[in-house]
Amino acid sequence: MAALRPAGDFDRTYEQDMGVIRRPWQWLALGVGFLLLLTAPRWAGAYLVSTANRIFILVIAVQGLNILVGYTGQISLGQAAFMLVGGYTSALVTSHLSVPFPLALLIAGLVSGLIGLLFGLPSLRVKGFYLAMATLAAQFIIPWVSRHLYPDLLGGPAGRISADVPVIFGISFGEVGNYYYLSLITLVITTVAVLNISRSRLGRAFVSLRDNDLAAELLGVNLFDYKLRAFFIASFLAGVAGALRAHSQRGVGTELGYGLAESIIMLGMLVIGGLGTNLGPFLGVTMVVLLEDTAGVAGSTMAKLFPTQAARFLTSFRPIFFGLVLMLFLIFEPRGLAHRWQTFKAAWRLRPFAR
Amino acid sequence: MNWQLVPQQLATGLLNGGIIAIIALGIVLIYRSSEVFNFSHGQLVMLGAFLTWWFAGGTENGKEIFNLPLWGAVPLAIIVMAGLGLLIERLALRPMTGQPLLAIILMTLGLAQLLDGTAAIIFGTEPKNNFPAPFSPSDVIKIPFPGAFMDVIILKQALLATAIVAVIAAVIFMIFFQYTRIGLAMRATSEDHELARGVGINVPRVFGLSWAIAGIIATVGGVLLATVTGVSLSLATITLVAFPAILLGGLESFSGAIIGGLLVGLAQALVQASSVQTIRGSSDIAPYILLLIVLVIRPEGLFGEKRIERV
Repeated sequence: MAALRPAGDFDRTYEQDMGVIRRPWQWLALGVGFLLLLTAPRWAGAYLVSTANRIFILVIAVQGLNILVGYTGQISLGQAAFMLVGGYTSALVTSHLSVPFPLALLIAGLVSGLIGLLFGLPSLRVKGFYLAMATLAAQFIIPWVSRHLYPDLLGGPAGRISADVPVIFGISFGEVGNYYYLSLITLVITTVAVLNISRSRLGRAFVSLRDNDLAAELLGVNLFDYKLRAFFIASFLAGVAGALRAHSQRGVGTELGYGLAESIIMLGMLVIGGLGTNLGPFLGVTMVVLLEDTAGVAGSTMAKLFPTQAARFLTSFRPIFFGLVLMLFLIFEPRGLAHRWQTFKAAWRLRPFAR
Repeated sequence: MNWQLVPQQLATGLLNGGIIAIIALGIVLIYRSSEVFNFSHGQLVMLGAFLTWWFAGGTENGKEIFNLPLWGAVPLAIIVMAGLGLLIERLALRPMTGQPLLAIILMTLGLAQLLDGTAAIIFGTEPKNNFPAPFSPSDVIKIPFPGAFMDVIILKQALLATAIVAVIAAVIFMIFFQYTRIGLAMRATSEDHELARGVGINVPRVFGLSWAIAGIIATVGGVLLATVTGVSLSLATITLVAFPAILLGGLESFSGAIIGGLLVGLAQALVQASSVQTIRGSSDIAPYILLLIVLVIRPEGLFGEKRIERV
């Protein structure tokens, strides 16, 4: 896992070798880290807390994408659309059926997962680019449905409905400083789940069908079954993330950034972080979110300097920054930041001797 | 179904399909020579249209740098776009040779974002309605057709002209691929890179050339599209329907791309003849529903080779 270890520090038992947390000081680091995260709304500024909230939510969605793209090797261009499904589901069941928030998150994940299964069905017959096109179809059809069907329920052509502020045990989570905890807790749960999926029979089946589907089938992995499972998990997590985002933004709709560009950005986050690693989503999302904020600041600074050209600077900096960084990563470090961290760890282990 | 509207929509759909077909042709061209799915083709189309508009004297602040007639602006834009195609191949796609499919798809997606932003920063975000189109939208030809709505089919002249140009361009490219030496080299490369290299074809140069030609096709498509809709950043998103078109026709087939384009145009127009309002509004997603059906029933497309890997 993601821990620095000095030279000469070896695992002596199988349990140690397999363990996620292997040394007392790692428990200490984990505890201190959690303490910092839990107290963050007390000491960090508003920008830091709301950015952390955004990062947590996106990490959940990208973790799902990682299962599908990184581990199972299927290509999906529709993750943002599944977030939209989750957001709508949660907003609707909380306001119309007054379902408690944690249950609504679960329902959002399930509904989104089932719709993900539907669009995963073509994976029975096609793969690669063809599958990418099937998920691209999802990315266009789902927002269309929300704009054209059941206008009373889904907001109609305006394309947005409001989502309630979650209230659990009488505590309102309207403030971002409070909402942060909901995202954090959900993220911890999904991280443990994803970690366990990737280390268990399921995850190894995913990896085997990514690396060689024929060999995997010979070993008894039912390809169609496992591909659908990957689709379900990916859209489940997208749905949960979408629900979290909907209640955090107090609304959900096609206008609020659930388009093809978002799906592409999530794929980009995954590649920049590192495909098929559990650390990747964290690194990639953090990097890209900070990059986009930087681009936003740069854009608005330029817009202030050249007020007549404001519109073009405000809209163009994000895609340029993101596209350029993604292309540079693909050329120079296609294994992502997680691989950088791996090489750094290896270098640290051998530190006094060799590089 | 509102049968009175069907003849009109058939005609409009076929004409629109011509433009989609010419855009799809550019994507198939790059796929055939280098097995890259170019998701940034829509952005190339948009840039081609913007460049033509710029060379023809369109600017933001009224200070014209060029003021050429359309027949002068289009060749200039074509030259610039061919150069851009070469540049993209050399800088972005050449380093990706041998990388997995996902990396290459993401490369073209990243490129699409970059080109989107670049176009916004150079040409501004507002839609331009002063594209020097040779026809105005109100110029129409009325063809008497008994049984149609008001017993007449109305064809916009601009649409008719673009469809004719699209057909001519498609024929020129078909001849180019069938009979010229470079076209032959490209087809050989698409069959087998090693064998092509064996008979003395410079494979990297063929890749570069095919990107340059894709830039040219994109410019032609962009100018045709701009004649009908005007120039704006959203041209890139409009052209995404070219992807269902090429999958309908089969990835490797030029004629398939053209027929797929026509089918997509027809599907988009025909749903508008429906008497149910929801179906009428579905012309944006009709191509994708068609695509899903094709993927499940006949994944290799109508004219594609049955080489697709099944699992």
